[in-house]
Amino acid sequence: MTARCLVALIVAGLVAPAAMADIGSRIWATGGVTTIEGSAGGGLVPWALLGSYASDEEWGGTLALSRVEVDDYSLSVFGAGLNWNNRIELSVAQQTLDLDSLVFTLKDGFGLEQDELRQNVFAAKLRLTGDALYSPWGQWSAGVQYKRLKDATVPSAIGARDDTGTDVYVSGSKLFFAAVMERNLLVNLTTRMTRANQGGLLGFGGDRNNGHQLMLEGSVGLFLNRKWLVGTEYRQKPDNLGFAAEDDWWDLFVAWVPDRRLAVTAALVNLGDIATLEDQQGLYLSLQGSF
Amino acid sequence: MELFRLNLAVPGLLVVMTLILGGCQNLTPHTDDSLYQQLGEREGIALVVEDLLYLIVDDGRINQQFKGIDVAQFHRNLTDQLCALSGGPCTYTGRGMRELHADMAITDTQFNALAENLILAMEQNDIPTGAQNRLIKQLLPLYPDIRNL
Repeated sequence: MTARCLVALIVAGLVAPAAMADIGSRIWATGGVTTIEGSAGGGLVPWALLGSYASDEEWGGTLALSRVEVDDYSLSVFGAGLNWNNRIELSVAQQTLDLDSLVFTLKDGFGLEQDELRQNVFAAKLRLTGDALYSPWGQWSAGVQYKRLKDATVPSAIGARDDTGTDVYVSGSKLFFAAVMERNLLVNLTTRMTRANQGGLLGFGGDRNNGHQLMLEGSVGLFLNRKWLVGTEYRQKPDNLGFAAEDDWWDLFVAWVPDRRLAVTAALVNLGDIATLEDQQGLYLSLQGSF
Repeated sequence: MELFRLNLAVPGLLVVMTLILGGCQNLTPHTDDSLYQQLGEREGIALVVEDLLYLIVDDGRINQQFKGIDVAQFHRNLTDQLCALSGGPCTYTGRGMRELHADMAITDTQFNALAENLILAMEQNDIPTGAQNRLIKQLLPLYPDIRNL
């Protein structure tokens, strides 16, 4: 239902541009897309870039619908973000993880009957300094993501200590013009303090480790032209639960940004082992509308 | 296993990034005029600047800033400037960028608007993507002067 509403909203935004205020002034495709946690970035890694196209005298917003389908799970995300003056980004994301195969593990092993996990992420990102395109040292931002699980039954059964958690990160992004084969190269580095298990969907903290740990995340993207971006992302993750090992995530993505109003991203994702189910690989697809 | 990945994967990524960036910085020596040629020499650049002027006039974000300028002189100066920056045999005879923009309080919004119009003007003249990127790269050092930072 919510999915349909969001699609309708995005489509409405696309077909009725005349009825809306002018879209922001930042250069095409420099708002990134919406990560699975709602913050602007790639698919998995937040960037220092703020969402939408708002420049220093403008407001902007984004709506996004994303889906990840790996071997034994599927994740749906609705995200929305606001950007004020290209200074502060506020975003929300609602994640729903369909447990598919894990349902049987939970039933046999823990006597739990649950087929999905839901999490909300409320996030803010502040651009500290610089501009990813124009500053030689790039753009630097700091962000916070407050995550809250809707139901803690499964996470606590497998050893997670909390059903809420806060990630704090610092991110740097820089676009290098004419860097590779005369194409523009976008480089992002993010360091995140987190105690989230599988991004928080399996709770926060655990028997093996319960504190915040520093994780490194990075992505590199090459603009084939101003409408097509191809690249890769890597996200290091903690490994807090004795119940099952947690792996780092990575993906290979292609984003198509035909217009400032629309961005379509597809990726091959490798999420590694998740809650005893091994080698989770699959597809990521995301549709984002900006206004 | 976790430590192994931590130690290898992330520095590995950094090394790859550094190699990509470092390795490519020497590819375009400033002495060649290949960019100037790709832009269609001074004649081609003059056409781009002409289209840029039309776009500026229609752009409510920035056209006020250009009100009252001597259009012919602006066209000649900007053409010379882009010609020189792209390695062509021109000399920019206009005033310094910082001095010119000192009292204009150019915002990022306005700077972005001009960059967008320049890209559109280059697209209208079928300038290849690589040449567009190289010209913008040459213009980047002007950003702090134009924004008066």
